Amino acid sequence: MITVVLPSHLRTLAHVSGDVQLEVGGQATQRSILDALEARYPMLRGTIRDQVTQERRPFLRFFACEEDVTHEPPDAPLPDAVASGAEPFFILGAIAGG
Amino acid sequence: MSSVRVLVGTRKGAFVLTSDAKRKHWDISGPHFAGWEIYHVKGSPVDPNRLYASQSTGWFGQLIQRSNDGGKSWEPVGNKFAYDGIPGTHQWYDGTPHPWEFKRVWHLEPSLADPDTVYAGAEDAALFRSIDGGQTWEELSGLRGHGSGPSWQPGAGGMCLHTIILDPSHPDRMFIAISAAGAFRTDDAGKTWKPINRGLRSEHIPNPTAEVGHCVHHIAMHRSRPDVLFMQKHWDVMRSDNAGDSWQEVSGNLPTDFGFAIDVHAHEPETIFVVPIKSDSEHYPPDGKLRVYRSTAGGNEWEALTKGLPQRDCYVNVLRDAMATDALDSCGVYFGTTGGQVYASADAGDNWTPIVRDLPAVLSVEVQTLP
Repeated sequence: MITVVLPSHLRTLAHVSGDVQLEVGGQATQRSILDALEARYPMLRGTIRDQVTQERRPFLRFFACEEDVTHEPPDAPLPDAVASGAEPFFILGAIAGG
Repeated sequence: MSSVRVLVGTRKGAFVLTSDAKRKHWDISGPHFAGWEIYHVKGSPVDPNRLYASQSTGWFGQLIQRSNDGGKSWEPVGNKFAYDGIPGTHQWYDGTPHPWEFKRVWHLEPSLADPDTVYAGAEDAALFRSIDGGQTWEELSGLRGHGSGPSWQPGAGGMCLHTIILDPSHPDRMFIAISAAGAFRTDDAGKTWKPINRGLRSEHIPNPTAEVGHCVHHIAMHRSRPDVLFMQKHWDVMRSDNAGDSWQEVSGNLPTDFGFAIDVHAHEPETIFVVPIKSDSEHYPPDGKLRVYRSTAGGNEWEALTKGLPQRDCYVNVLRDAMATDALDSCGVYFGTTGGQVYASADAGDNWTPIVRDLPAVLSVEVQTLP
């Protein structure tokens, strides 16, 4: 089981109150996690990555094991701790403020 | 007894305001989709409880929400807006080619005949249609591909298709407007389009009478006379009596002919309303006085409507989709401001009261008259 932490707006949209637990087939990568996430919560399609280009939305970032993995290739394996569920995969929205 | 439902889109959510036909006491529901920009909410004329809402943010992109119970509950539907074929380029602000990129939906126009058919006006400018209640969207690419697309250029708010008008007498006829390309018409249900900008004059573009390139802000039509169109352009209020084939200026005695919103009285097709705004850069009412102007002659002669509206220190804007009318016997007129007020008049503009004063900046106002 992989744990995904969503930004609050996406938790509201997906009707979940906390972290999301996902079964991910095959290797844990950004793409496989997002594929599994969107399959289970279709209302999230297009909110994290563009539906046409599949590009990550520019104000979102991905973190794992306290590392920014945003710019890693989408099919690059994520750390074992994420794959095992020991550490979550974070999807973070940029914080805008003054 | 009849009632009225006002659908308000704001920078931080949607609100639904309801009243009986007296229009004195209002219930306010919302915010729906709190924190998201709601560019537009509109109901189906066939099934008034079927609503569509355009929900977006810079973080999470575009969603379309649908309600089947008049806005009490909502469900997200399809949000895949893919341009047909290779999108090509339009002009950027500096005149260089820029790829077409989908950004958001500005306007949703439900069909006059089928609650599951709805049109979406997008930025970068394109027209999409869904025939399955918003689940899937298909571009009507004849508009973008009719020839002048590569020369279109964004207005200050982006290159948005913001106005969609369906002709009740000619089911295959549709009007749309794009900032800053102009107005276009199809007579074959969106397969082919032609620019309808003859008579428009825009001094700020290289050729002031060009076929395309005009910053049309909004167009309104009375359903009993679909060949008569009223337009608020960047500058100038215009009218056409031949379905857009030609336009004449009817700004007349307005204090400024700049503005965004324009609408038509529900029962008097020659009575129209605008909100003059000071420009080019201020974008607030002249002299700090919020005034709706009404013409009962289809333009040229205008009277200021001020009762109940702030007449000092008012520096809000009224955006292009933020005015609407109801169809009760005494026509109600409604508009929202960037200061978060929604004003209503139950007597065609003679007297105004705020329904609500402190919403987020209002982007759009639509009204449903319910049996």
